Amino acid sequence: MSAIKANSYVDITDVLCPITFVKAKVAIEELEDGQILEIKMNGGEPLNNVPRSLKDEGHKVVQVEDHGNGTYTVFVKKGDL
Amino acid sequence: MSFTNDQLERYSRHIILKEVGVKGQKKLLKSKVLIIGTGGLGAPAAMFLAAAGVGTIGLVDSDNVELSNLQRQIIHLTKDVGKPKVVSGQETINEMNPDVNVVTYQEWVSSANIIGIIKDQDYDFIIDGTDNFPAKFLINDACVLTEKPFSHAGIIRFHGQTMTYVPGQGPCYRCIFKNPPPPDAVPTCKQAGVLGVMGGIIGTIQATEAIKYVLGIGELLTGQLLTYDALDMDFRKIKLPLVKDCPVCGESAKIKELIDYEGAVCELKQN
Repeated sequence: MSAIKANSYVDITDVLCPITFVKAKVAIEELEDGQILEIKMNGGEPLNNVPRSLKDEGHKVVQVEDHGNGTYTVFVKKGDL
Repeated sequence: MSFTNDQLERYSRHIILKEVGVKGQKKLLKSKVLIIGTGGLGAPAAMFLAAAGVGTIGLVDSDNVELSNLQRQIIHLTKDVGKPKVVSGQETINEMNPDVNVVTYQEWVSSANIIGIIKDQDYDFIIDGTDNFPAKFLINDACVLTEKPFSHAGIIRFHGQTMTYVPGQGPCYRCIFKNPPPPDAVPTCKQAGVLGVMGGIIGTIQATEAIKYVLGIGELLTGQLLTYDALDMDFRKIKLPLVKDCPVCGESAKIKELIDYEGAVCELKQN
């Protein structure tokens, strides 16, 4: 498992697209550049789209953990926009 | 301030946009836009600004809703006929978006009240949705004198035009159109007619300019007049020069006080 220390955490397993990305985006906008957001999300559509959308906005996905139960934790480092 | 879940959902399509995001949506919620005239132009402008979450919207209009307004003034409903337009507009906005605080001014703008109305909430941006030249020149001069940005627009028949004034960033309305035409020289919409959608197109462009100004994104229609011909479906952008000797925004401006021009005779109310 990772030794990544996140600065903030958001759970988006309880919402659907596009609120998944919106919640992640709100959480990451509150961080400073270079800080790390830990996002818990469901596999499938959220895992396919949310990390990609965050990358499109200039952030960096640093690690993805598969919990084996259909949920994942994605660590994203905030980029300077 | 932080968003409620309802707000996240309501504004999700904005927040997703890189150019808006959380910060931009917060700017919109804190912004204040004054809409002068709640008619063909002001109605769609007010509705889109309300939907966008502009936190304070001022509505200025002395008129009551008439049946003949409903062909284009989409903020008013059939049940509103006879009601003051600002009240009808306020009710529609309140039903649409509870985040918006609507401030109403049930009066015509004049040299006596316009500065007070602009300063009442220290509005960030002003939309000219009026239908007559005296009001258009008054709004221009008041915005130049108070250093407020505004969107000018006019519609008639199948034509529309709009430009944006930002202090120090291009010509004002009076740079382009020095003085109002003589009363009755130009027909009003009442006499000439107007396709109902014209206000929708042009008023929505005005709302777009207000939103872009608040967000600080994109290029505004400063120094440019956008004209629209609905029959030919033709948009044109005409570059406008800054007029150094403009009587109101020029280097040695002569106009220091507001002017009440005479309106067209058919517009005068009998009451």
